[in-house]
Amino acid sequence: MEYAILFYETAEANAHRNHPEKSAAYWGAWGAYVTAVQESGISKSGQGLQSPSTATTVRLRGGKRQVQDGPVADAKEQLAGFFIIDVPDLDTALAWAARSPAASDAAVEVRPVLPPPS
Amino acid sequence: MSGAGPDIAAVRAAAEAAARNAYGRLLAYLAATTRNIASAEDALSDAFASALATWPASGIPDKPEAWLLVAAKRRFLDGVRHARVRDAAEPALALMADDIAQTAEFPDARLKLMFVCAHPAIDEAARTPLMLQTVLGLDAARIASAFLVAPSAMSQRLVRAKTKIKDAGIAFEVPDASELGARLESVLAAIYTAFTCGWDDLASDANTALDVEAIWLGQVLASLLPLEAEVHGLLALMRHCHARRRARRDAAGAFVPLDAQDTTLWDKDEIARAEETLQRAARLQRPGRYQLEAAIQSVHAGRAATGRTEWRALSLLYAALAELAPTLGVRVGQAAVEGRVQGPQAGLQLLDLLHDAEKQNYQPYWAVRAHLLRAAGETGGARDAFRRAMGLADDPAIRAYLAAQRDA
Repeated sequence: MEYAILFYETAEANAHRNHPEKSAAYWGAWGAYVTAVQESGISKSGQGLQSPSTATTVRLRGGKRQVQDGPVADAKEQLAGFFIIDVPDLDTALAWAARSPAASDAAVEVRPVLPPPS
Repeated sequence: MSGAGPDIAAVRAAAEAAARNAYGRLLAYLAATTRNIASAEDALSDAFASALATWPASGIPDKPEAWLLVAAKRRFLDGVRHARVRDAAEPALALMADDIAQTAEFPDARLKLMFVCAHPAIDEAARTPLMLQTVLGLDAARIASAFLVAPSAMSQRLVRAKTKIKDAGIAFEVPDASELGARLESVLAAIYTAFTCGWDDLASDANTALDVEAIWLGQVLASLLPLEAEVHGLLALMRHCHARRRARRDAAGAFVPLDAQDTTLWDKDEIARAEETLQRAARLQRPGRYQLEAAIQSVHAGRAATGRTEWRALSLLYAALAELAPTLGVRVGQAAVEGRVQGPQAGLQLLDLLHDAEKQNYQPYWAVRAHLLRAAGETGGARDAFRRAMGLADDPAIRAYLAAQRDA
């Protein structure tokens, strides 16, 4: 069964990406995790996302376009990347979610992917 | 921290322990009488909640079981419960009230309940959670977190198991001698699962950790089956590991591996209890898997007195254990020990015997492999293995430790 595992990150952790002292640990942990997912053969796809400040949000209200700088919600924990994995069950998906560096920083959401329309 | 702080915590812990002890005994008795765990839980849950809420302040009553029972009956008379549930549980409650009034010693059905929870007809993934919920009164949400399972899925699993027990008419009885060995094995496995779950949860508070609950279950079981060597073996194993809980992190919160732990941080009293328990097991002269694992931990504990680890003794014990219980964890542990005794190549050869599918996502395999490769001078391979172990670690402290090892 396919699940999306969505990695949420705090602004503090996100800032470690370019931090002179902390970026090595940040990328080391994520690189190791991504390798482990890929080596296990469960990954269908996945991407990391650039910082929430680079996001642009579009809404259409009453026929009017509203375009905003920034992500959809001004939340403390922002989407930072995702994997689509193919694993036997939710328990296995949760085990992979728990291994990601995001689990101890902010949160990881696990959701089944919609099956293709029949 | 104020002087009263630890006392209050201790009082609260004692009250909670008493409440859970009484709850487990009452629930076991009620479930064994009605064969209906769910309705027994319904009958007792409010009373249990108010015991947890009031005993820390009011003190533990003289007869905790009687107190809980009176509270449960009062809730029933208040009519708060569904009529169907009341009909099912009321006769049992009345019966219990008589038993409590007539006997000083309340009959302990928890052993029967444990055998029911670990019955072969019950889904293996539900056995430990069911035992934690019924015998110890832990709530489903906490159990779900400990097992890294969705709370809704855990609740369903528990409900399904209780329905199965009721519908299939699984008997609340202690198996007779011919069956006891095999049935006891699954009870021990369920308790050990609870322990390792709590043990892996390095970051959790020492007083609420599941490993402490598992030790408690082990103590209950040992008191009810004093002549079963493996019960004491398991209890000794859990106590030895638990004695080192404080030494597994340094002051900064960093992970400290066993052979680098400061032995002055080990709990000497707990080690003494573990040794005493292991000796009790040995006197029964029926060796087994848990006794061997406890003996391995006993050798590690010996470092506190001698300052060195007796690797050859560990090698012999692991060989016997791998013969008896060749689990993935045991075989990886054996490879680590043989890497010390016979050299890294011997350890790596043992690791090569493991199946790919089994080991590829098993974090300890990659960690041991990394250490062995480094000891063998294969630095490139060691780095890759440390990285793989890092990617499979779900504890940030262990991840950081492995990163430091990789870069060392």
